[in-house]
Amino acid sequence: MKNIAVALAMLLATFGALAREATPLADDPQVEARLIAIAEELRCLVCQNESLIASRAGLAMDLKNQARELIKAGKSDAEIRDYMVQRYGDFVLYRPPLKSSTLLLWIGPFALLIVGFAAVWIFVRRRRTLPAAALSSQDEARADALLGTRADDSGR
Amino acid sequence: MRIAIVGVFLALLVLLAVGLTLNPREVPSPLVGKPAPAFQLPRLGSAERFSPADMRGKVWLLNVWASWCVTCRDEHPVLVDFARTKRAPLVGLNYKDQSDDALKWLSRFGDPYQFSVVDADGRIGIDYGVYGVPETYLIDRAGVIRFKQIGPVTPELLKGKILPMIAELER
Repeated sequence: MKNIAVALAMLLATFGALAREATPLADDPQVEARLIAIAEELRCLVCQNESLIASRAGLAMDLKNQARELIKAGKSDAEIRDYMVQRYGDFVLYRPPLKSSTLLLWIGPFALLIVGFAAVWIFVRRRRTLPAAALSSQDEARADALLGTRADDSGR
Repeated sequence: MRIAIVGVFLALLVLLAVGLTLNPREVPSPLVGKPAPAFQLPRLGSAERFSPADMRGKVWLLNVWASWCVTCRDEHPVLVDFARTKRAPLVGLNYKDQSDDALKWLSRFGDPYQFSVVDADGRIGIDYGVYGVPETYLIDRAGVIRFKQIGPVTPELLKGKILPMIAELER
């Protein structure tokens, strides 16, 4: 009797799961995998620090649904990216193409790195060519006292 | 050496100052200079349909709005004033809205639009690269998008940019 009650309870528990509303269009795991691969590389326009796949903004959901439809219609990844770029510009791509408007974006970090290395190099060279500072006899005596070198020497 | 450090500091200062004046939310639209995407949508509160091709030969404005859009309410009086001047046709694109709410919104605040069309699922919005309502497109006689405003149309923008552009495009 008890076993039947437990079984019945478990069966009832599954109804809750069955009754859950299906996520629209997310039924095909292959489509979903491709969507994730594409949408990870796309920026959400509403929350600009999020990728399209991570964002739950209304527009991001719409764009993902649109991308799913394009995948099902047999479009290639490049075609889907083009679809987004045609409407929202290179801004949606996390890896924008190299062109005159994005040149600074691509080259800037390397240019800054070179400037940094150049600055370090110049600084170090200057340091090396600087004459060694001469110690006054007073300072030398103080340094010796602190280091205790003379005392050791005299004790020998 | 000191001059170089000061120079780098000043350059950085200028760079950051310029950065502060830019609006990162304004993404330049690739659609400016391109033909306005075609569509066929029902008019709000009517069975008639509208397509941008119907506007051939006219310089006109397409304003994307919704009753849920807070900024649209700020923009609204500017559009009402503009519509009164009858300077150019203003068509509304009612974006991802409930038609009942949209009609109520218009009767409450006034309807500046020649008519609005219903883009219930936002699909046409995507074709137009809409990502933040309100947005406004200025479309020329040949059906080419000449200007896009992201965010509300202000009286300054209307006077300083949109009206002169309309005059130029109508010449």
